Amino acid sequence: MAEVLVLVELNPADGTVRKGTLEALTAARALGEVSAVVAGGPGVAAGVREQLAEYGAARVYVAESPEIDEFLVAPKAEVLAQLVQQVSPAAVVIPSSPEGREVAGRLALKTGSGFLTDVTEIAPDGTATQVIFAGAQIVHSRVTTGTPIYTLRGNSVTPEPAPAAAEEVPVQVQLSEQAKQTRVVDKVVEMKSNRPELTEASIVVSGGRGVASAENFAIIEALADSLGAAVGASRAAVDSGFYPHSFQVGQTGKTVSPQLYIAVGISGAIQHRAGMQTSKTIVAVNKDAEAPIFELADFGVVGDLFQVVPAATEQIAARK
Amino acid sequence: MNIVVLVKQVPDSGTQRSLDASDNTVARATADNVINEIDEYAIEEALQVKEAQGGEVTILTVGPASATDAIRKALSMGADRAVHVVDDAIHGSCAIQTSGILAAALQQMDYDLVLTGATSTDGQVAVMPALLSERLGIPQLSGAQKLTVEGSTVKVERQTDGGFWALEAPMPAIVSTWDTINEPRYPSFKGIMAAKKKPVETKSLADLGIDPATVGLATATSAVVDVTGRPPKGEGVKVTDEGDGAQKLVGFLAEQKLV
Repeated sequence: MAEVLVLVELNPADGTVRKGTLEALTAARALGEVSAVVAGGPGVAAGVREQLAEYGAARVYVAESPEIDEFLVAPKAEVLAQLVQQVSPAAVVIPSSPEGREVAGRLALKTGSGFLTDVTEIAPDGTATQVIFAGAQIVHSRVTTGTPIYTLRGNSVTPEPAPAAAEEVPVQVQLSEQAKQTRVVDKVVEMKSNRPELTEASIVVSGGRGVASAENFAIIEALADSLGAAVGASRAAVDSGFYPHSFQVGQTGKTVSPQLYIAVGISGAIQHRAGMQTSKTIVAVNKDAEAPIFELADFGVVGDLFQVVPAATEQIAARK
Repeated sequence: MNIVVLVKQVPDSGTQRSLDASDNTVARATADNVINEIDEYAIEEALQVKEAQGGEVTILTVGPASATDAIRKALSMGADRAVHVVDDAIHGSCAIQTSGILAAALQQMDYDLVLTGATSTDGQVAVMPALLSERLGIPQLSGAQKLTVEGSTVKVERQTDGGFWALEAPMPAIVSTWDTINEPRYPSFKGIMAAKKKPVETKSLADLGIDPATVGLATATSAVVDVTGRPPKGEGVKVTDEGDGAQKLVGFLAEQKLV
């Protein structure tokens, strides 16, 4: 059976396998037998083997070296390229994070292959689905050169367990000088939060210009916490300084596709819709009955968010 | 300090965009084309570095003849000159092929720093710094919310979820910027007038030593099989809050088994 490589991404906080990787392991099964690739500092693989076994990794390639995390992106691409040369996989699937895409691009050049980013589905014949232009169109594409490389958009696939052996295979790491040019000097966490990561969350609550101030975002956070949701923000809210840019949903921010997206005080400009249009269920609260967000909403409340949202938070909390 | 800024012209992301039905490439001819807005932040950053350190800012664009509009905009902000790679054979090129064209053009230029926007609003592939780093052997510092030049070292804060990574590399290097890095200036009237006289050098694939058969739709590394419009969403429910809005909202969530 053909072998498919999946690059593993770990949670920076606890070293567990990220949800996006479980999704990639699940999607990759359509193409063949799945091998996980763990590339990181010494000892990093030991803690994740069980999780990888549960989600269908027949093999786990372990590439451990302190240098992998000391330099940006390039080391992981070199490790993967070496493996692609060794095992000639049918395809490579990588979670669609900023780093994941960059690894994919470098790997494509190194191996003379084509790559497709942000795919939402991969068919057994290798055809991938992409949603383009702010969710307006669905495209089916194929890689026509070399080993197909895909990055999988978060929340497109439901992770499904499929127990496998997860046989460990050590990989010799020998990085070129070129892979050691951009040094990661420090990793700074400015906002510690117990909320799920935006692109991984199954529920997202976002606030827009209508929230009116940074302090008022507490209302959005409270609703999010009552639902176990991630918090997002529209560009207008970010530009006004209400919430940090790394939480921006939209064309120039994150693309999310949760089970439930609640847009609060967001008018729904294309800029924002580009980042959330493929959410399964969309709820909107806005005082302007004509706001374009209502065209997308499965359920809309025309009203004052400062009345509706705290009351909804209270009622959700009361249901528990 | 010589800085090259990679600028792309894209269909306005605020309008309805489409693929050309004849070959499934981005419909540029019929679109309202503008400068990729995130590239404006890269231009601004280049101008700020130049103002602090001296040197020259050159715009590099690969695109059809009409991309001169985006180039003039960049020049009117204050860039000194531009190189425009234009050749019919480029039409339909994938990111891999385009990176080869940009790399060949950069190899003919003198630069310490290459800057570009972190993503384009049309393709949203967001890998050009990685591809050019790979091709040119220069370090990649992508996704910057802050950039500092110290001697021959470039330092960047790479934006991450809830924080940043501090990156450092020797120059020459390629950096991509997010829209958090600065506030791009508006072109002044004087700037717009001056831009008309600034040199724009056009180059063909032959000028770059690239065989036209190796780029373009026919030899792209990926191909679109088909395109369909997304099925329209069914009509949603809209209620007006009369004190019961929250209750109805939570009722809907409960009905959908979301709470």
